[in-house]
Amino acid sequence: MNEHIIKDENLVYKKPSTLLDVPMHYCPGCGHGTVHKVLMEVIEEMGIASETIGVAPVGCSVFAYNYMNVDMQQAPHGRACAFGTGIKRVMPDRYVFTYQGDGDLAAIGTGETIHAASRGENILTIFINNGIYGMTSGQMAPTTLPGMKSTTSPRGRDVETMGYPLVITNLLAQLPGVAYLTRHSVHKVANVRRLKKAIMKGFEYQKQGLGYCLIEVVTNCPSNMKMSALAANEFVEQHMLPYYPLGDIKTPEEK
Amino acid sequence: MGEIRLMKGNEALAEAMIRVGCDAYFGYPITPQSEVLEYLSEQDPMSRTGMVILQAESEVAAINMVHGAAGCGKRVITTSSSPGISLMQEGISYMAAAEIPCVIANVIRGGPGLGTIQPSQSDYFQAVKGGGHGDYKLIVLAPSTVQEMVNHVKQGFELAEKYRTPVMLLADGAIGQMMEKVELFPQIPRKKDSELPQEWATTGRGDRKLRNFITSLNIQPEKMEEINLHLQEKYRTIEANEVQYEANNLEGAEYIFTGFGMGARICNKAAELGRAKGYKIGVIRPITLYPFPVAIYNDVASKVKGIFDVEMNAGQMVEDVKLAVSGKTRVEFYGRMGGMIPSPEEILENFEKIFIK
Amino acid sequence: MTEEVIFAGFGGQGVLSMGQILAYAGMMEGKEVCWMPSYGPEMRGGTANCNVIVSDEPIVSPIISTYDTVVALNQPSLDKFESRIKPGGTLIYETSTVTNPPTRTDIKVIPISANETALELGNQKVFNMVVLGAFLAERKTISDEGLEKGLKQALPERHHKLIPLNMTAFAKGKEFVK
Ligand SMILES: Cc1ncc(C[n+]2csc(CCOP(=O)(O)OP(=O)(O)O)c2C)c(N)n1
Ligand code: SF4
Repeated sequence: MNEHIIKDENLVYKKPSTLLDVPMHYCPGCGHGTVHKVLMEVIEEMGIASETIGVAPVGCSVFAYNYMNVDMQQAPHGRACAFGTGIKRVMPDRYVFTYQGDGDLAAIGTGETIHAASRGENILTIFINNGIYGMTSGQMAPTTLPGMKSTTSPRGRDVETMGYPLVITNLLAQLPGVAYLTRHSVHKVANVRRLKKAIMKGFEYQKQGLGYCLIEVVTNCPSNMKMSALAANEFVEQHMLPYYPLGDIKTPEEK
Repeated sequence: MGEIRLMKGNEALAEAMIRVGCDAYFGYPITPQSEVLEYLSEQDPMSRTGMVILQAESEVAAINMVHGAAGCGKRVITTSSSPGISLMQEGISYMAAAEIPCVIANVIRGGPGLGTIQPSQSDYFQAVKGGGHGDYKLIVLAPSTVQEMVNHVKQGFELAEKYRTPVMLLADGAIGQMMEKVELFPQIPRKKDSELPQEWATTGRGDRKLRNFITSLNIQPEKMEEINLHLQEKYRTIEANEVQYEANNLEGAEYIFTGFGMGARICNKAAELGRAKGYKIGVIRPITLYPFPVAIYNDVASKVKGIFDVEMNAGQMVEDVKLAVSGKTRVEFYGRMGGMIPSPEEILENFEKIFIK
Repeated sequence: MTEEVIFAGFGGQGVLSMGQILAYAGMMEGKEVCWMPSYGPEMRGGTANCNVIVSDEPIVSPIISTYDTVVALNQPSLDKFESRIKPGGTLIYETSTVTNPPTRTDIKVIPISANETALELGNQKVFNMVVLGAFLAERKTISDEGLEKGLKQALPERHHKLIPLNMTAFAKGKEFVK
């Protein structure tokens, strides 16, 4: 080994100090890992790790507290926004975020999401939309695309009987309590950078007390899409993004 | 002496929350306990003590707000009535598992189903035997007077914090709705942020190197069993130390009347009527339904001809009474259901029918 | 001394507040008190009632099924509660809303026309004080001063200017008892 090249000035990649040095349980190529890292980078760079409280969902990211070195609680399936509300109301000077999958946020927890947003709770939600139930192995999610196969829509999602995908982020835009809604992805480096900026804004807006902020990340689930990581990212680009187009949906100026 | 007021049980419960230094109340309206949130809204506790109140969108949301806020080490409470308490069960189970102190009051109405808004005691099993999923217990206090509604809020938080466990107050619609004279304890200041328990609460990491996290998840069964063993050990300690009951006229008693909450008060009246007719009747009223006062029943069992258990349900606590006496004496039950309240005369008449003739 | 009374009538007749004023008054005189309402949708226009117990002793059971006094302010209440009066007890009833008068002979029966009295006083709202006047004249549970103190507790501050009128109504009510 060329020991001499291991120097700070040669460093091209490192984990933020806010991420604990433990192996993650996520499948290879899964978007969760990338989003965890970006989120923790922002918290490190903003210097707010000691005053941030996070909420983990039920879903693949249930163990987020094993990786993120910020105080965290793990909520029952769908109830992260109620947890976030409870925490923020008694600790108003802390930064509070929830981290939730699509089943958690837009199926079983739709009520909690909409009402937290409607009350304008000063919390930030990171919403991982991978179009499928990851943790329970590939059942249909509220965000599963029409025609998309899952273990509970093996012939493809039939909108006649299974209904349409719930584009919940756009739905939330109507609520006056909502300050910031934006949709991102992590399938390309440039997109990851944009997501990082958005998360930073989300915390900034929270500091200013502007209201509810939600950042949707359209991502993959290679294991349950039964594809390689690369193919899953292509699927995201070709099929998911047309249905869930990237970009800002609501900004504080429009509030 | 503290301040004396004439108050409805529900209002007294609400006033006690403010005075005990609660940091937050989350709840959803349901008869017969809606006066709790109404009273709080009227009082504006934020201006009195800085206490947060919030009308949640459902009981499911309310209990999870409680979890979030109580997970920060704050004093947090919610109240509801039977159907709402059913909805909260998942959250309660999570809190028992994650060892989060909090107080939950159930002002019971008659069930099952939507049932009736009239008073009942039919949620005994739900409160005492678990209610939600998994092997856990709640400390359950059963107030029988408006005064106890007040006292139990304070005691409830003391127990919850001592054992890091949710505590349930099991009242009924009649106690919630009726007015009695109460003595209120003076205002207890809310905890400062610097007093929050840094060993476990999610307060923000502050100077700690490592985060605190609260979870009830443990994928490995070995680890999960360890947690269960720890919980069970805690429950044994609670059983050894926290039993409360009230007993009267046990000396020379041939019969024991027993019941809890409102049922016990009616039993006491029935026993008075019975004693006037020459029957030797003592009364036992468990104040903690969990831990159940097993020993006192077992003690009296060998000295009496029988125990007459009266409840506003189909016979729930009576199972624990039977377990406690383990066959040493005859245990009989009389109850009314669906929001009906037995009268003292009715109780005595049924006692005579069963035990005397 | 223990007085167990039920006030029963239509929702809107001030039945619940009558009982509350009595309970407040009992408390002001240092007695043990308990006020137990019927509650729920039946209050909206239907029948309403409340039990009040005032006692020198701690109150064992707030649930009672027989009464020292029944105050019946409409026919259904009279029909329901007449039989539940303890022998030697008292029945007070409002004549304007009762067409079939009571029949028991082992109790003291006091007919009143509190409606008419309230109308004469020009304020239907003092109906409850007229009734309480009749009740306390017969069942001397608490003093007149105690009642006035109780009224002050029960009435929101902004209605305190109406206390003199209420006490006049109370005095008028007492006249029903000879
Ligand atoms: C009350 C309840 N119902 C169902 C489940 C089972 N469950 C666990 S995770 C999950 C779906 C998670 O999907 P999603 O939120 O999309 O997150 P992902 O795993 O895809 O990241 C379900 C249904 C549960 N834990 N609790
Ligand atoms: S199952 Fe899907 S969402 Fe879950 S870790 Fe694996 S790839 Fe990621």
